[in-house]
Amino acid sequence: MTDVVIEQVEKTFFDKTKDTSFTVFQHIDAEIKSGEFVSLLGPSGCGKSTLLNIIAGLESPTKGKITAGGAEVTGPGPDRGVVFQESALMPWLSVLDNVMFGLRKRMKKEEAKERAEYFLKLVHLSKFIHAYPHELSGGMKQRVSIARTLAFDPDILLMDEPFGALDEQTRSMLHKEVMYIWEKTKKTVIFVTHNIRESILLSDRIVLMGTRPGRIVETFDVPLERPRKTSSAAFGKLEEQIQQKLAVEIEKVMKEELGDDYNSKKSALLYHTDRDMGNHI
Amino acid sequence: MLFFITLIVIWEIIYRLNLSFEFFSVTAFPSPLQSVRELYLGFFETGILTEALVTSFQRLIVGFVIAIIVGSLLGLVLARSKFADETLGSLVIALQSIPSIVWLPIMLMLFGGGNSSIIIIVALGGTWVMTSNMRLGIKSVQPILIRAARTMGYKGAELVWRVMIPASVPSFLSGTRLAWAFGWRALMAAELIGSGGLGRTLMDARDFYNMNLVIAIMIIIAVIGIIMEYVIFDRIEKKVFARWGLA
Ligand SMILES: Nc1ncnc2c1ncn2[C@@H]1O[C@H](COP(=O)(O)OP(=O)(O)OP(=O)(O)O)[C@@H](O)[C@H]1O
Ligand SMILES: [Mg+2]
Repeated sequence: MTDVVIEQVEKTFFDKTKDTSFTVFQHIDAEIKSGEFVSLLGPSGCGKSTLLNIIAGLESPTKGKITAGGAEVTGPGPDRGVVFQESALMPWLSVLDNVMFGLRKRMKKEEAKERAEYFLKLVHLSKFIHAYPHELSGGMKQRVSIARTLAFDPDILLMDEPFGALDEQTRSMLHKEVMYIWEKTKKTVIFVTHNIRESILLSDRIVLMGTRPGRIVETFDVPLERPRKTSSAAFGKLEEQIQQKLAVEIEKVMKEELGDDYNSKKSALLYHTDRDMGNHI
Repeated sequence: MLFFITLIVIWEIIYRLNLSFEFFSVTAFPSPLQSVRELYLGFFETGILTEALVTSFQRLIVGFVIAIIVGSLLGLVLARSKFADETLGSLVIALQSIPSIVWLPIMLMLFGGGNSSIIIIVALGGTWVMTSNMRLGIKSVQPILIRAARTMGYKGAELVWRVMIPASVPSFLSGTRLAWAFGWRALMAAELIGSGGLGRTLMDARDFYNMNLVIAIMIIIAVIGIIMEYVIFDRIEKKVFARWGLA
């Protein structure tokens, strides 16, 4: 059973004032099965967020089409929930009200409150339900966003680097939570990340994207048993394999930006799999 | 505070010296202590100041509320409709550059020097700043908030009401603060020419050469301005700006 189908999708931004255009990516084809956990991995600027926004229905593709659950995506829908890269909490609402924000439209207040509290507990924020976003750290805000989207209960979860801003412990705790929720609910997850380890740890499949032009470079299956151990030999091998492919893409970006005399050996030194590679560009 | 006390003491000394040496006309030179006495008399004995203050405040509040309502609605429309922005929007910009007191002659012709004219002047003083603040507030709502709300099923009027309007509360507040300040100044200007209120009483006091009363009224005007602008609006703004993550 397929859930999300991406067919020959292209996205071009037009700048009307300067009469120029910029094609982020073209000819993107992918199929994501129902209940599958797929990571989108790629260097900064390759269009991961753009693709996710198109799937969410927040932006329309310039060419091609996307179907979700059999229906063509023409706008946002309750079947798709998004955790955004930046904090997207309403500053005038308390943490609890933020999580209830999406629920109030379809259930009674008490029910929405109960549900919101449950999901806030899940992300370990029970103590902060009456706080306001400006009183929270970046990581806490991100956890509220996650709780909000989970409480909304979409079939398809679209997550844009949800753990980018978190420390190692919180991140690994949330990895476990996400795995638990995913295994329990069998939601389809499309997970954008910079982090190779994170993608191997979580996903069934990894779609590696490249830049200039934006495209899908390769898709990797992750045939490892869960829960996965970063220390296992198979894990390391896959990590190595993806890293090599990715280094090629990153080098391409760097070369373009630093000029032709850029020494390609540097990329190997600069680049470590566990780092967020986007930050180097 | 000490600075103000020193100023008042110097002033009173000059007043006393003037009484004996007559540098300037004695009737035209007010005394701070006498002015305070006038304040007391005007509020607690004759009641002229109380009455004037109540009249002025009624006008101010009615005009201010009109400015807030009309300005907000107009700002909302301009922010949401490109057509309205290109037509009405440019008119608003033009109107904004006219000090509202300039409308007074027309209003005097239409409605005379009473309440309606003055209320309209106050409203005109605040409406255009309110409009442009509200317009800008709605236009600069963070796109990410709108996107997030859209993924949760908000659209159309609900999106405006539940996201755009709350998100622009800080600009709304700045707008009300400016509308108040402009309205207050417009009110005083209009009352100097019109009838009733603090402004008229100020002119009457001058006509009777009661400079102490003139100063007493100026003190009232200053104190009200300071309390509203620096105490009340400042506090509300600080709270709101902090919550909205702007401070
Ligand atoms: N609204 C827009 N108008 C013009 N160009 C845009 C717009 N949005 C994105 N882009 C361009 O599209 C490209 C891809 O952006 P996108 O945000 O999708 O990258 P990304 O892969 O998510 O990067 P990162 O990992 O840094 O988040 C960038 O080069 C960006 O400049
Ligand atoms: Mg991105």
